Amino acid sequence: MLKKAFSWVDERFPLSEVIKHELTEYPVPRNLNYMWNFGFMALFILIVQLVSGIFLAMHYKADVTLAFDSIQHIMRDVNYGWLIRYLHSTGASAFFALIFIHMWRTLYYGSYRRPRELLWWTGIVLLLLLMATAFMGYLLPWGQMSYWGAQVITSLFGTTPIYGEDIVRWLRGDFVVGDATLTRFFALHYLFPFIIAGAVVIHLVALHWVKSSNPSGITLHAKDNIPFHPYYTTKDLFGLGVFLIIFCAFVFFNPEFWIEADNNIAADPMQTPSHIVPEWYFLPFYAILRSIPDALGGVIAMFMSILIFAAMPWLDRSKVPGGALFRPGYRIMVYVFLVDVFVLAYIGAKPPEGSFVIIGQIATFIYFGLFLLLPFVSAREDRRSRIEGLPREAERLIREEQEELLRNEHYLRRDEDEVLLGQIRKRLDGEEQ
Amino acid sequence: MASDKTIDNPDRRDFLGVTTAVVGAVGVGAACIPFISSMNPSKDVKAKATSMVDLSSIPEGKTHIVEWQGKPVFVVHRTDEMIAEMEDSSTELDPQADKDRVQQPQWLVVLGICTHLGCVPNRTDKGWSCPCHGSIYDNSGRVVRGPAPNNLIVPHYEFVDEKKIIIGKA
Repeated sequence: MLKKAFSWVDERFPLSEVIKHELTEYPVPRNLNYMWNFGFMALFILIVQLVSGIFLAMHYKADVTLAFDSIQHIMRDVNYGWLIRYLHSTGASAFFALIFIHMWRTLYYGSYRRPRELLWWTGIVLLLLLMATAFMGYLLPWGQMSYWGAQVITSLFGTTPIYGEDIVRWLRGDFVVGDATLTRFFALHYLFPFIIAGAVVIHLVALHWVKSSNPSGITLHAKDNIPFHPYYTTKDLFGLGVFLIIFCAFVFFNPEFWIEADNNIAADPMQTPSHIVPEWYFLPFYAILRSIPDALGGVIAMFMSILIFAAMPWLDRSKVPGGALFRPGYRIMVYVFLVDVFVLAYIGAKPPEGSFVIIGQIATFIYFGLFLLLPFVSAREDRRSRIEGLPREAERLIREEQEELLRNEHYLRRDEDEVLLGQIRKRLDGEEQ
Repeated sequence: MASDKTIDNPDRRDFLGVTTAVVGAVGVGAACIPFISSMNPSKDVKAKATSMVDLSSIPEGKTHIVEWQGKPVFVVHRTDEMIAEMEDSSTELDPQADKDRVQQPQWLVVLGICTHLGCVPNRTDKGWSCPCHGSIYDNSGRVVRGPAPNNLIVPHYEFVDEKKIIIGKA
């Protein structure tokens, strides 16, 4: 019966083909570690956010006189409203946590490098969409932090030369953040997740074209690949279970952990809270914004701090495969970067005074400095690896990879690759004889 | 690549597969409960589920329309003639004795929604007539002439004291 139904569909739609191609026979390197679980988890949390968000929208009222009370209505009156809202608010934080780890993985293992540049760029577009969505969603509860956060962030656009004020007024639809702002933020907060879902599809199409990277950074020979299902469905589900334990612990036992206490006070345009802090996931970027003494410069630096990730494929021209595994200099840099981001986050949460200002400026300098240092470090590492070579096992894998690439119809031949292959062949042949 | 043909005990793998799928389906099903439940009336809506009606303000022979759960309810203070007439009469479309439709004969409480297509019938001397499709009800809320198929619905109500009723269940 089921078989018959499947073959009926298959005659009209490539269902079995898609399942086979993208799942049961989709080849994945067999050496992926748990750092490769986070994309799947992010997809899962996207679905949680979509579902909980749609159900919240059934009870939420996007009107300045009603918005704050409608949240209280959801929390107190709606059946399981507290659960759905806490899933959504905790889910937002979880989403960023997962995406940041996902990005860190990409940086550490050099997954942004050829041929995965487009995959990486679609990921950065997704990050920007996610940030915009989170920012607009944060206004909706219409608490004090919602209001003043939106006031501050929309004001950033006021630093645009000449047209600043017009742009800010256009964004808000009012002279301050008001009813027009709330309504449009709600409309866009509902729209953006669907754009994100579309961008995720593009991200996945790009992934399934170039296939997953792996910790070695060397594209593995076909014999070292295993099918996604059941091997990685199992592994992904196990990782999801671990994630859900942590996630549910927050949802059920400490949901307010992620919510600023001041946001439980209704928005008051006449009274700014003594200390405005953005949500934790914006803190590093917020610290960069404040570290630059010039208003326009700060805004540019903040946007650049995200956009600069897109330049990674150009900044890192190393021929050494993968990320930090075979590259001691780069490895130090990614860890310094990680610590630096935590320092920036800490500074972003502190009032801009005294030593916090200096520390923030140093951390900002290091943040951008690392990116600008990268071309020189990778050139130096390259020089060293040309002389000494990599571990012989890795060189053998690279030889296999290059030889397989030469057989691939989509591969664009490059002289530098062939020079590398020639060197490796010479070294390996010399030793093997 | 491991081949399915080489596994020792395929039944065992099937069992694990089915178990996983069933546990997963139960989990997903359970996770759906709060979402579906959230679409049911919320506590503040339920708080309006009952309406209190003060009968002392309704003169004999008059009808008051009160709101209950957003719907009109007719509360009629029936005269002795009306009661006598209703207790003696019977209807054919949806036969029911008058005493089964009231708790105290002088008070008739019926939902003011025509059982045909949901219009609100208008009060007449003899009972009600529906402006939409001409259904006619008597002073017991029983349908005398179609197209309405049923008598006007008697909602759940209780006498709190002599002159007060509460409509609906909390």
